[in-house]
Amino acid sequence: MSLTLENVSKTVDGEDWISDVDLNLEPGSFNVLLGRTLAGKTTLMRLMAGLEKPTQGRVLMNGVDVTGVSVRERNLSMVYQQFINYPAHTVYDNIASPLRLAKMSKKVIDERVRETAKMLHLESMLKRYPLELSGGQQQRTAMARALVKDAELILFDEPLVNLDYKLREEFREELRELFKTKNCIAVYATTEPNEALALGGNTAVLNEGRLLQYGRTPEVYHQPKDILTAEMFSEPPINVVPGLVTESEVTFDETVHFKLNADLQSLTPGRYQFGVRASHIGLVPHADDDLELPMSVDLAEISGSETFLHVRSDKLELVLHLSGVHEYDVDEQIKVYFPTHKIYAFDMNGSAVHVPTRMGGV
Amino acid sequence: MAEITLSSLAHTYETNPSSPEDYAIRKMDHVWHQGGAYALLGPSGCGKSTMLNIISGLLQPSEGDVIFDSRIVNDLSPEERNIAQVFQFPVVYDTMTVFENLAFPLRNIKTPEHKIAPRVHEVADILELTSVLKRKAKNLNADEKQKVSMGRGLVRDDVSAILFDEPLTVIDPQLKWKLRRKLKQIHEQFNITMIYVTHDQLEASTFAEKIAVMYEGKMVQFGSPRELFERPAHTFVGFFIGSPGMNFLDVTITDTGARYGDIDIPVSSRQHAIARASGSDNIKVGIRPEFVHVWDDRNEEAFEVPIKDVEDLGTYRIMSFYFGDSLMRARLHEDQRVPQKKAYVSFPEQWLTLYIDEYRVEVGDE
Repeated sequence: MSLTLENVSKTVDGEDWISDVDLNLEPGSFNVLLGRTLAGKTTLMRLMAGLEKPTQGRVLMNGVDVTGVSVRERNLSMVYQQFINYPAHTVYDNIASPLRLAKMSKKVIDERVRETAKMLHLESMLKRYPLELSGGQQQRTAMARALVKDAELILFDEPLVNLDYKLREEFREELRELFKTKNCIAVYATTEPNEALALGGNTAVLNEGRLLQYGRTPEVYHQPKDILTAEMFSEPPINVVPGLVTESEVTFDETVHFKLNADLQSLTPGRYQFGVRASHIGLVPHADDDLELPMSVDLAEISGSETFLHVRSDKLELVLHLSGVHEYDVDEQIKVYFPTHKIYAFDMNGSAVHVPTRMGGV
Repeated sequence: MAEITLSSLAHTYETNPSSPEDYAIRKMDHVWHQGGAYALLGPSGCGKSTMLNIISGLLQPSEGDVIFDSRIVNDLSPEERNIAQVFQFPVVYDTMTVFENLAFPLRNIKTPEHKIAPRVHEVADILELTSVLKRKAKNLNADEKQKVSMGRGLVRDDVSAILFDEPLTVIDPQLKWKLRRKLKQIHEQFNITMIYVTHDQLEASTFAEKIAVMYEGKMVQFGSPRELFERPAHTFVGFFIGSPGMNFLDVTITDTGARYGDIDIPVSSRQHAIARASGSDNIKVGIRPEFVHVWDDRNEEAFEVPIKDVEDLGTYRIMSFYFGDSLMRARLHEDQRVPQKKAYVSFPEQWLTLYIDEYRVEVGDE
């Protein structure tokens, strides 16, 4: 099945919740909706499901207009943040419930329930009740119920938010594997850029009800069309530094400037906003022409195996993304190395005018 | 201010405990030094909340003592212990102003009025609440309310310790790092013992000088964020800290080294000797994905391994590969060539750790 949104808008009490979204989801695709809280992710999913009617535009399934068709008549399932199961039913009966509703034979139901339970590592839990399970197992049960009925469209609304990060890691990997072989369309909403990257597939970046960009996940990440997409799809956020290109130089301010190099040669003189990924600024130089900048540490955020180092000077505020653990005191003075390659350039309207080529191949 | 000692401490919720598994906290000794910034980190059910409640005085330990400086405080309430607590959700009086909220703990202990205002202003200044001091707490947003909650914890300078229980849960993700910075600054200024309980490695490692990792009622490591990453003392720490966690292989010890299936794994002679002497049959080697060496070409040191997949995580990649029957992971930096189908990997000796019965073999490497 394919799912198409054509110029879909949703207005609630005069406020635009979704503005003019065009989106075409291919059969068998895994699609991440990435956006901050209130970006419109849930509304867009409800429009896809038929739980909401668009104020304008059409929703098509397999090319057929289903704009007015209610959710009951569509073959889809949803998984939510909260672990929603029938508390009075066993895990088995929970998973079986959509099949019973569809009046399938006992034999088919049994086969399907066991097969799905196996996929989600619930085989040994089938006789238990949801509230006897851990949070992760409860969410597995809800996912099994969504997957068991072979829906054409499965919507996940931030399903891992209430699980700890080790479980999230595990689930993401399993979901990747699970959907490799499925032919349904999966749509997965998240606020976390790194979750989108870990899930792969395609990503649609949403901001204030607008679709900024849609495409293969790594492509959207590496080749953002504009500054807003680059900012929304990076964690820690991409560093943005305003600057000036002259005939011979790039200047951020009088103290920080460098010769126009082969990478940026195509830029015509004028004002730009330059984007440098947090992982491209280092504590040691990576190239001879890196700029050495004295900075003061705001905070070293350490995630266990990585460090987000927030630094500042009079003119600049930067974030570095470092592999490994780097402990620094607040206000410690350090030197950082700012690259003169691997730089994104955006014009003053925010459109990308230069995207660095990527090393290491695709 | 106090040094907090846990002496032969254990806790069970059972009336007749019969095995170690019946204990939420297994018998331990531990010292929280005066003025330290600590985190208590672990997954749900590891015993960290029990530990927190025992320190604060909400729970009496079933065995052993809690000692503040030299005084046993087992029977004392949180107020009597002078413990300040900041919880997951803001605890503020909605009808009071921010000023009155911050002044409340001081008025409670009958601080003279002329001393209250300067102290409230000092704390408000640090937490950037000065501009809202006159506002009713109910008119604040969630972030501001939680800052008021923290301020109430900080306003008394005579507390023994401040305990934080997942204090940033309700904070907007974009603001979290600013509050993390604030908490670190506060610790530096106030020199009060702070213990921060969380299941989140980022919260713990960012805040704390030293982290106590709890697992199945045991404190399996007490160390700096760097130690937890570079030298995990227990396989659980290796797994839990870092994304993805450490790779482990079950090995047997042979006359000359360690063996995984039919593959010889190079370990140092010191590690080998200790493993051999232990007589244990639960021996693992561990290496972090960051330290697996991925070569561009075949060479003598490297194992040739089939690749399962390579995930593009933006500015780095995670390569999953099969090593014998095990799935392992290696982190590839952005400019590194991405191998196709098969890769050549090796495990540098200084990053290969040996675990006997899940605990790290210390070889005096630092």
